[in-house]
Amino acid sequence: MTITDFLLVAAAFVLLMVAIGLARILYGPADVDRILSVQLIGSGGVAVLLLLSVGMNVPPIMDVALMLGLLATFLSVTFLRDAANSSSVSPSTTEER
Amino acid sequence: MRLALDIITVVLVSAGGFFFMAGTIGLLRFPDTLTRLHALTKVDNLGLGLIVFGLLPQVESRLGALKLIVIWLLVQMSGAIVSQLIAQAVRRSGRQT
Amino acid sequence: MTLVFACEVVLAGLLVAIATWTIVARTAFAAIVLFMVYGLLLAIVWVALSAVDVALTEAAIGGGVTSMLLMGAATRLRAPTTPVADVGLPLRIAAGLLCALVTVVLGAVVFFLPDVAPTLAPVAKDNLAASGLGNPVAAVLFVFRALDTLLEKVVLLLALVGVWSLASDEAWGGVPGLPVYARPGRILVFLAQILPPIGIIVGIYMFWAGASQPGGAFQGGTILAAVWLLTMMARLQDVPAINARWLRLLLVVGPTAFLAIGLAGFFIADSFLAYPPGIAKPLIIVVEATLTLSIGVTLALLVAGPPERLPQR
Repeated sequence: MTITDFLLVAAAFVLLMVAIGLARILYGPADVDRILSVQLIGSGGVAVLLLLSVGMNVPPIMDVALMLGLLATFLSVTFLRDAANSSSVSPSTTEER
Repeated sequence: MRLALDIITVVLVSAGGFFFMAGTIGLLRFPDTLTRLHALTKVDNLGLGLIVFGLLPQVESRLGALKLIVIWLLVQMSGAIVSQLIAQAVRRSGRQT
Repeated sequence: MTLVFACEVVLAGLLVAIATWTIVARTAFAAIVLFMVYGLLLAIVWVALSAVDVALTEAAIGGGVTSMLLMGAATRLRAPTTPVADVGLPLRIAAGLLCALVTVVLGAVVFFLPDVAPTLAPVAKDNLAASGLGNPVAAVLFVFRALDTLLEKVVLLLALVGVWSLASDEAWGGVPGLPVYARPGRILVFLAQILPPIGIIVGIYMFWAGASQPGGAFQGGTILAAVWLLTMMARLQDVPAINARWLRLLLVVGPTAFLAIGLAGFFIADSFLAYPPGIAKPLIIVVEATLTLSIGVTLALLVAGPPERLPQR
């Protein structure tokens, strides 16, 4: 098994772990738990892409990892705003200026 | 020399994969949102960090190595801040589990 | 069965599982989170297929913007977590039949693809050097099929006008009702202060790198839109009224620059959207830079939605 094969297997393994962790979306009693899965796929997806980038020797894939990391953060914040039981929301129309 | 670098890669990436597995198990088995969050942050810090350090010996260019570290730091930082946000949301909603 | 093939099978199985899951999810919130995961998984699939430009766009649009739009829609319906309404059985059967029909047709197309797919890729690659660009995708977008790209950007603007037209008559020209945090805590404010500079640098880097490696205006613009939305959600910046002059200027500067350079092609080169040899790359960079700005503003406003509050006078 060459190092490339090992990296590909590692990528598949991490992907599998992330997939299993997504079950939290199904079971999570509250919406906040579902957002935890967003975080998981953020870091897990970045790990998978970095492993693929070095394993396949295609450096631009690291840019996809960068994009993924930023977007997962941003989506976590957006979803948190809309989670049930979230007392933190108000449409920007109700602000008094 | 090549063999030594490959061994380092295999060891570090495997350790990182182990932390991903631990994080997933924690996410699914821990009883509480806050404890699940704790498991998840280990994935961000250690899982991704070990994988990044394991990939460093395999990357040819300095720019690629720099990119790897920058991506890891970015994911770690945003993961830490978003974890605080999630914990705050849990506390504000007043739920105990 | 080689290792790579086994990994691809795992990936494909995962994709199908997530897609099925998305449909059977009980609440809209869960379904939207799953849809986002699906988009990000699809990005990994594109990477496995060696289509890195598509992977970048899929992660940005499919995993990012679409999920935000869906979540905004769910919030506006005021019931993001109530179970999905029950539809009657005949409607379900009809929908199922339609989906099955589409699947059969797609499957037939995939199975009966010619062994050697007809493609212009080698021709594009041969003419790459003449355009001065290093990324064949960018060359196709801005040199060989520039007309399509121009029309796409105009369509994006039209979509925004369509969203704006949902406003009531009194609110026209006013402030979009983007749901924001009522009391953004210190943590959120800190995130919204530290992430935008990084996002701007990454966005500019993505657009700049698009000339010679995967990237481009769309990907860079999406990141700019995301960090701007973040500052608006954390109330570090006000959501602008849509009749603000600077806003409208930013929206049209991209397509206008593109169109202007295209029309200039009549005089300085052979025809519409032709570039004179030698300065093709600088012209394309200018177009892409303005497009990045316009796309960023357009996408952010699409997510912000139609105006709801009266314009300030």
